[in-house]
Amino acid sequence: MSSSPAKTKPTARRFRFNWVDGFLWFIRVAALIAIVVGITGSVQNYIAGEGLTAVQWRDLVISSTSTGLMYGLIALGYSMVYGVLGFINFAHGEVFMAGSMVGFIAATLLFENGFWDANPFAAVLFVLIISMMTSTIVAVLVERIAYKPLRNSPRLIPLITSIGVSFFLQYAFAGLFGVASQSYPPAPGALGEDVIIFGIPIQGTKVLVFVVAMVSMVGLWYFVTRTKSGRAMRAVAEDKEIAGLMGIDVDRTIVVTFAVGGAMAGVAGLLWALLFRVVDFQTGFLPGLKAFTAAVLGGIGNLPGAMLGGVLLGLFEGVGPLLVLGGLGIPAVSQLKDAVAFAALFLVLIFRPSGLLGERLGSEDRA
Amino acid sequence: MKKTSMRLVAALGALALVAAACGSGADFEAGPLGAVTVEGDEDIQIRSLNAISGGVEFLGIPNQRGIELAIKDYGVIEGHNVTMGTPLDDLCSSDGGQQAAQTIVADTSIVGVIGTSCSSAAQGAMPLISDAGMVMLSPSNTSPALTSDLGGTAGEDNLPGYYRTAHNDAFQGAGAATFVSETLGLTRVALVHDGSSYTNGLTNAFAENFIGMGGTITVHTAVAVGDVDMGPILAEIAASEPELLFFPIFPDEGTAILQQASGTEGMEDVAMMGADGLSVQNFMELPESLGMYFSGPNTQFLSNVNEATGKTGADFLADYSASYGEDPGADFWAHAYDATTMLLTAIEAVGVVDGDKLHIDRQKLRDELTATSNFAGIIGSISCDEFGDCGVPVISIFQHDNLDDILASKTNILYTYDPTA
Amino acid sequence: MKDFAFTRRLGLIAGITMSFTAAIGMIENFNKRVLVEPFILMGYVVLLGVPILVGLISARGRPNPLEKPIRDSRAGAVSGLIAGLFAGLVTSVFVLIVDTFDMTQFFPNMRPAMVEIMTFGFGVPIGLLVLILVTGVAGSLGGFIFGQSDSVRRGIGQATIWVLGFALFEGVVNDILEIDPVLDVIYAPNGGLLPWSAVVIGAVAWWLSGRFQGKSKILVEKVQKADKWSGIRWGTYLLGVVVLLLPLFVLGGIVNELLINVAFFVLLGLGLNIVVGYAGLLDLGYVAFFAVGAYGIAVLTSPLSGTINPEFSWWVALPIVMALAALAGLVVGTPVLKMRGDYLAIVTLGFGEIVRILLLSDWLTPIFGGAQGVRQIPGIPFFGTEISGIDPQYFIYFTLFFVAIAAYISYRAEGSRVGRSWAAMREDEDVAEATGISTIQAKLLAFVTGAIVASFAGALFAAKVGVIFTNSFDVLVSIIILVVVIVGGMGSIPGVAVGAFVLIGILGGPKSQGLLAEFAQYKLLIYGALLVFMMLKRPEGLLPSVRRSRELHLEELEQDAWLDKGGDFGNDEVEATT
Repeated sequence: MSSSPAKTKPTARRFRFNWVDGFLWFIRVAALIAIVVGITGSVQNYIAGEGLTAVQWRDLVISSTSTGLMYGLIALGYSMVYGVLGFINFAHGEVFMAGSMVGFIAATLLFENGFWDANPFAAVLFVLIISMMTSTIVAVLVERIAYKPLRNSPRLIPLITSIGVSFFLQYAFAGLFGVASQSYPPAPGALGEDVIIFGIPIQGTKVLVFVVAMVSMVGLWYFVTRTKSGRAMRAVAEDKEIAGLMGIDVDRTIVVTFAVGGAMAGVAGLLWALLFRVVDFQTGFLPGLKAFTAAVLGGIGNLPGAMLGGVLLGLFEGVGPLLVLGGLGIPAVSQLKDAVAFAALFLVLIFRPSGLLGERLGSEDRA
Repeated sequence: MKKTSMRLVAALGALALVAAACGSGADFEAGPLGAVTVEGDEDIQIRSLNAISGGVEFLGIPNQRGIELAIKDYGVIEGHNVTMGTPLDDLCSSDGGQQAAQTIVADTSIVGVIGTSCSSAAQGAMPLISDAGMVMLSPSNTSPALTSDLGGTAGEDNLPGYYRTAHNDAFQGAGAATFVSETLGLTRVALVHDGSSYTNGLTNAFAENFIGMGGTITVHTAVAVGDVDMGPILAEIAASEPELLFFPIFPDEGTAILQQASGTEGMEDVAMMGADGLSVQNFMELPESLGMYFSGPNTQFLSNVNEATGKTGADFLADYSASYGEDPGADFWAHAYDATTMLLTAIEAVGVVDGDKLHIDRQKLRDELTATSNFAGIIGSISCDEFGDCGVPVISIFQHDNLDDILASKTNILYTYDPTA
Repeated sequence: MKDFAFTRRLGLIAGITMSFTAAIGMIENFNKRVLVEPFILMGYVVLLGVPILVGLISARGRPNPLEKPIRDSRAGAVSGLIAGLFAGLVTSVFVLIVDTFDMTQFFPNMRPAMVEIMTFGFGVPIGLLVLILVTGVAGSLGGFIFGQSDSVRRGIGQATIWVLGFALFEGVVNDILEIDPVLDVIYAPNGGLLPWSAVVIGAVAWWLSGRFQGKSKILVEKVQKADKWSGIRWGTYLLGVVVLLLPLFVLGGIVNELLINVAFFVLLGLGLNIVVGYAGLLDLGYVAFFAVGAYGIAVLTSPLSGTINPEFSWWVALPIVMALAALAGLVVGTPVLKMRGDYLAIVTLGFGEIVRILLLSDWLTPIFGGAQGVRQIPGIPFFGTEISGIDPQYFIYFTLFFVAIAAYISYRAEGSRVGRSWAAMREDEDVAEATGISTIQAKLLAFVTGAIVASFAGALFAAKVGVIFTNSFDVLVSIIILVVVIVGGMGSIPGVAVGAFVLIGILGGPKSQGLLAEFAQYKLLIYGALLVFMMLKRPEGLLPSVRRSRELHLEELEQDAWLDKGGDFGNDEVEATT
């Protein structure tokens, strides 16, 4: 903490400042202690032969990572929009859900006429394209209708609007599809079985998640660094006004941003549905929030950071309760999974507010 | 002669008095809770209070329709039609139940209510309904707090005027625990609930009984409604090394657990057991559910006859299908049907005819309902205890052995828990 | 034809909207409710309301601040007709698709019954033509109405409002009037207005609108200017007392129950208004403070609560709960002091969820009851008896008392130094900090005050219902409170009250039913759409505070000022030649 040269006359403000800082430090220390004690407890359990076996931990890490990769894909959209426009698109979770739900129609139809099982990869690819297209269309429509008119409004307004859009989309889908959950057909062909990688049997779908996530990352990197649209996006993210003056079509670039983010969410939607099989109108809400947490975790506006943040969040939420809370002796830890995810956001913002890999914000948003 | 004529006058006088007492409604005195007087051209008013909207409508809508069909089948009481009025929604919450109860008690012509679907709504509604002297018969509430712990102690939320045809959770907990402990001979069970008071009540009841029989609960944990990623919880369960997993939850989360369990190390040899929440079509069609045990109230209703209307369970299902175009989603329709007919039978029994009016004394109605004994309903033989538990206390455990014919699979009963037998 | 592209686009939007309402099953569900015997069903009113509205907008043309709208009935009718026909065309394409392909596997509402209704019973293909024609007529009706004079339009508007009001709120009228012969005259036995009574109500409303136009404003001014002790003032005071006594003597249990629910949201709205409206902090986890209040009272007063079981009376427990809420406000507020607006929103949402999950958890069940909730919460002790939700006609006064306190706190806070700090902070945080305002103090004070107000609502809620479960405290509630504040008017106390009345009273809250029970299924959809609509068109809300209104429409005000000056581009030569 800061040392005060005028120690004789602490003003009321200076005193408050220390008190707030002190509280924050208290939280940091308490969190660290809790985490360390928890992990120690788990390690002790493990050595004593109780709790999860090594194989179980390994599998848990793998499945948490695959969930995390999906969070990462969704987080890309949040990160891009925040980088370019400076606000959280609450409705992005519903963009993810929309791709999943419409993909469900395609998947079910293919399943019913046998194509799904007969040609697994073609079928999955087809549904993937449907899902991506749907998500992209929804994302762009939302931008055109709800966000474009508010480009110059005070910060709070687009955020509140996006909350409204999020709700509207959720209940619109509930009205259209009904409130019951929809079940995807089981993963076809080799995806349903285990693949042996380095001697570890991993479910085929999880391998697919990994592969697709990596391909998407590479594709996105290529798009952002090598193509004109991608470079325009980075320019607009850097400084909207100057980019406009340099001749970049800012409006079109923003649409492209939403579209690309939407496409990534659509990919995540298909993967999520293949892995977890169940989708309904609320599927997007919580994962959307967690994906935003992931984006912040990695550094908002920073695309590799979003991916990294996603994986880390998946691990925090999947492994965290058992590792830390279980080690502390708390019963029924799996119930607290979501609380751990939100706590992770909170802790990141206290320990390292700019995220792990640092933020990339436009000039207007930088302090 | 004088003596005879005097006797005659006395006899006539006595006759006149008796005639006046029996026939004239002007002498009808209502009991301590008052009475409902149904005028000549009016209908007898009852109400349906069930969860008919939101995600839980699959629980409430079959109940409501069961009530409608029961009213239709029962017919007329002393020349008066029975009507259910506008169906009310309990919103599956205590404040929803209370709000709906306000609507009910505001109308003093209502005799009784068939509802609620959710125990939490009943906890909100009963204080009002009991205060107003009305009766409520629930086809779905199972919480012991609303009646008793089956050991003679009244539940904390037990109030006069409350009855239910659904079973008490304490029964199912005991039945399921006895099955696992004695029939299967297992000693290590993991429990999963979903944060709702119903599923939590069931797992608590199971735990209490199972531990009392010397068993161990290896882990008692929960999912959150809406969860899909069951990796962590399955790891938690597997790490505790149970022999059986009892997860009396609902299909959304139950499906996720079932499907992801096969991929979890340590869950391969763990037997799976669900409750009535999972014994529904779309869950039992999953290939992984083959071999699972399901506990629940006896649902072999098809041949049972309801003594008030003469209909069998099979008749009811046919009527339901014809009237509504689909099969009932959940199994409590029979409880709703029987509860309605119980109420109407009791109304008919205590109703006092007065010209074209009908007087229904509220206290007498309650006494009549409490005294229900061996009423033949579709769910079986119904008798009420002093706390309002009228449900048939028979729990059956079946094992799923037929993916193509779910109904047939439900007859594969391995164990019946019947403490009254 | 003035602006064909505009009209065509309107028609397209209308057609999509109509198809959408049909696809979600709204028309089919609403048609179960008869508004006016025998033909005017609620579903059709909603369905055809869209083309009428679109006809109105089409007749007006593109909004042009430089011109006053031209009122031409014939042109308006034509324009509306085209928009309507187009809408009908789009909708009939939709109906045709639904009729041809069986999609009920995925879209359960797109079934034959819906086609029946949409084709007015005629079926495909005749019904499609009927649909197009009816929609066209509706559109032209809208356009025609636009072209009418002010007094006619006002008359039609009032007539529609009153007829719809009587029809939709039949339940309330029944509850209040309770005089059967009168009711039988107005309403049909199975619900809905009798046709001639609808006509009478409409005619009376039209006539009244002409007579009293502008008079209400004059009346309000008269009251405001009147002497403190004059007759008019006394009249208003007496009126106020009568209104205040209504719940006890006139309104029945149903309406009182509804009013209590509305009052809860007014209370919560006032609290959130301090945080969001005054201080500009978007707290999406506000429900956590509500939960602190409710669970605090529950644990402290109920005989059944677990390890912490002091069984205080409500009045003793209340200050403790307020202190807990204040503490919670500090705990939530301190870490988020330096966070940007968007982050603040998500973090507070996270807090709200963490609180709910912890209250529900098995871990803390010994204290908070977990999934079984806390039951047997006693009512508010008052001169020997306990008042709870069983007696809504008494309970409502407790609620109103706390609403008054909250309103007073809000009012004083806004005008105080802290209120001005908040306003400065809202404008520009850095500048405010630079001018010496302690934003830390201001923010924390906002959180703490908001938390305390929410805890009032929580404490009352627990005493009213007597048994609480965590599913009454989820994130949905936070968002609904936000919608109430936004729609009513951010930063405006009467606005919040109006927002709560309109939204919670009519459509219903997250766990309660409003007056229009049919909307229950769609209310969240409507709330979402309403939020977006308000943000796009009128972010200051229905009853805005003047200051906020100015802040939000700064650009438009500047534009107006520029236009008033003559809209001078500076091109004098061009001006001279025209």
